[in-house]
Amino acid sequence: MTATTTVAEGAPRREQGGGHHGGRPAPDPWRSRLCRWDLRYSPYAFVAPFFLFFTVFGLFPLLYTGWASLHRIELTSPGRTEWVGLHNYARLLGNEFFWNALRNTATIGVLSTVPQLLMALGLAHLLHYRLRAATFWRVALLTPYATSVAAATLVFVLLYGRDYGMVNWALRGVGIGPVDWQSGTWSSQIAVSSIVIWRWTGYNALIYLAAMRAVPDDLYEAAALDGASRARQFRHVTLPALRPTVLFTVVVSTIGATQLFGEPLLFGGAGGQKGGASRQFQTLGLYLYEQGWFNFHLGRACAVAWSMFLILLLIAAVNALLARRLRQDR
Amino acid sequence: MTATVPARRRPGLARAGRQLHAGPFAYAVLALFTAGSLFPLVWTAVAASRDDTRLARTPPPLWFGGNLPANLARAWGEAGMGLALANTVLVAGTIALGTVLFCTVAGFAFAKLRFRFRGALLLLTVGTMMVPPQLSVVPLFMVIARLGWTDHLQAVVLPTLVSAFGVFFMRQFLVEALPGELVEAARMDGASSWRLVWHVVFPVARPAMAVLGMLSFVQAWNDFFWPVVALTQENPTVQVALTGLGRGYVPDQAVIMAGALLGTLPLLLAFTFFGKQIVGGIMRGAVKG
Repeated sequence: MTATTTVAEGAPRREQGGGHHGGRPAPDPWRSRLCRWDLRYSPYAFVAPFFLFFTVFGLFPLLYTGWASLHRIELTSPGRTEWVGLHNYARLLGNEFFWNALRNTATIGVLSTVPQLLMALGLAHLLHYRLRAATFWRVALLTPYATSVAAATLVFVLLYGRDYGMVNWALRGVGIGPVDWQSGTWSSQIAVSSIVIWRWTGYNALIYLAAMRAVPDDLYEAAALDGASRARQFRHVTLPALRPTVLFTVVVSTIGATQLFGEPLLFGGAGGQKGGASRQFQTLGLYLYEQGWFNFHLGRACAVAWSMFLILLLIAAVNALLARRLRQDR
Repeated sequence: MTATVPARRRPGLARAGRQLHAGPFAYAVLALFTAGSLFPLVWTAVAASRDDTRLARTPPPLWFGGNLPANLARAWGEAGMGLALANTVLVAGTIALGTVLFCTVAGFAFAKLRFRFRGALLLLTVGTMMVPPQLSVVPLFMVIARLGWTDHLQAVVLPTLVSAFGVFFMRQFLVEALPGELVEAARMDGASSWRLVWHVVFPVARPAMAVLGMLSFVQAWNDFFWPVVALTQENPTVQVALTGLGRGYVPDQAVIMAGALLGTLPLLLAFTFFGKQIVGGIMRGAVKG
């Protein structure tokens, strides 16, 4: 360590002297130059591979989608593009199936997100207690997250079967007639939502739990000293501390709901891209897929994608506004 | 965490939120939700051990039958799950490796090195973290169609080889875990940046790298939209093969359930062994995210 530092310090002086004196090794100009280059350029080299892939497969397609949405592009000849301006968007806005998909995405989004986050909050509260086998409960509640959309949906299709499904069998036990989980509008949307809820509740519970564990203990102790009951502690200490996390999960779940795809696709069986016989659970994601890969209109699929993007931007803006309001309140 | 000796607390603090032991009610509710979480998975196995005619009768079967090996064999061969599993191991493994490697060095640069546009680049990365992949599906498809990559595994590996989340995750970890003095000291020793990464950054980052690797593997294994668009039943991943099953490729419910079981089992095994680490990773990502 000392040797290298002295060489580095000695370098300019010896340059002044012009020659190599004494027994010390000559400073290698290449070496020091390499070292300087290394210092200056290696950070770029470190981020380069990431940004290479990120630009080619992330940013470029994202922006190109917007550009392509202004063109007629058919799946049969994806190389040929024809400028059509806002035509694709005009077609969308005049298409009842688009509005239907938008409505379905919104209702399924609410049906899946609200109960999921509320249950996750309650579960996190329970997991926050001192528990025996704490790890077991956490891992067990997270197993649905390990199950893929496809595997989960295939099982739920069977469970929700109208004639032989377990759900209807159990419902019959309590005197509720067979529900047609496939073709009813509400019933099918509830069924699709339940798959989302099943897969993501445990995950969100863990996120809330992490936030709860980050709340300093003395806040609770102070509240307890003030005589606050457990329920009041939850309301007045835990919930306010959790606000940013709740907002975060709301945003993430909303994004997930906006792009919902796999669950309704597989719930619909063979013609899944339609989201049921009367499109009762066709989401925007499915509509995009149908436009692009079943009707061969890639340009119009891009317009659907870009509409989803605009919706997300809107949600992000509302969220930012809310976050600022919350911060001002404090 | 387990086997905690209840500390003697001052009586006034007995009701402070976090020290409380769970009561029977808490355990009952947790048990209920755990049962709900596990039931569909267990029932997948039950259904996979029956045959198609039994599944088309009420009441539905509640216990295992004897057809599991036969159904698994049909799912493995006829439904293409064997090929799909091999493909998915390859795809998810490559993606996990690439994500860990590229995101760790990039995360290190963002955490500890100074360079131009650092702030802007980080903002760009984080800003696009939440953009859903469906937004870029059409151009990606046009590109791989032109390259003739449809049905080739690189079509699903390359677009997900790095992740913005990974960079952010590693940066957050290294900002705190890697002391600046350690970097300085290595520099003083004349270590080049690459040696620095190999001998200092990687050892420090190892726990976070392991977690990121597992999370990326799970995500890649379960990735749905893009593989369904880019691949067909000729050369599927697990999710593509399962989609084929769901669309009536093999019209036998017991075989379909056997396929779902085969496609989920590897991840469930991983969860039994590394569940604690995966849970820890998700929770750590949450606090810092």
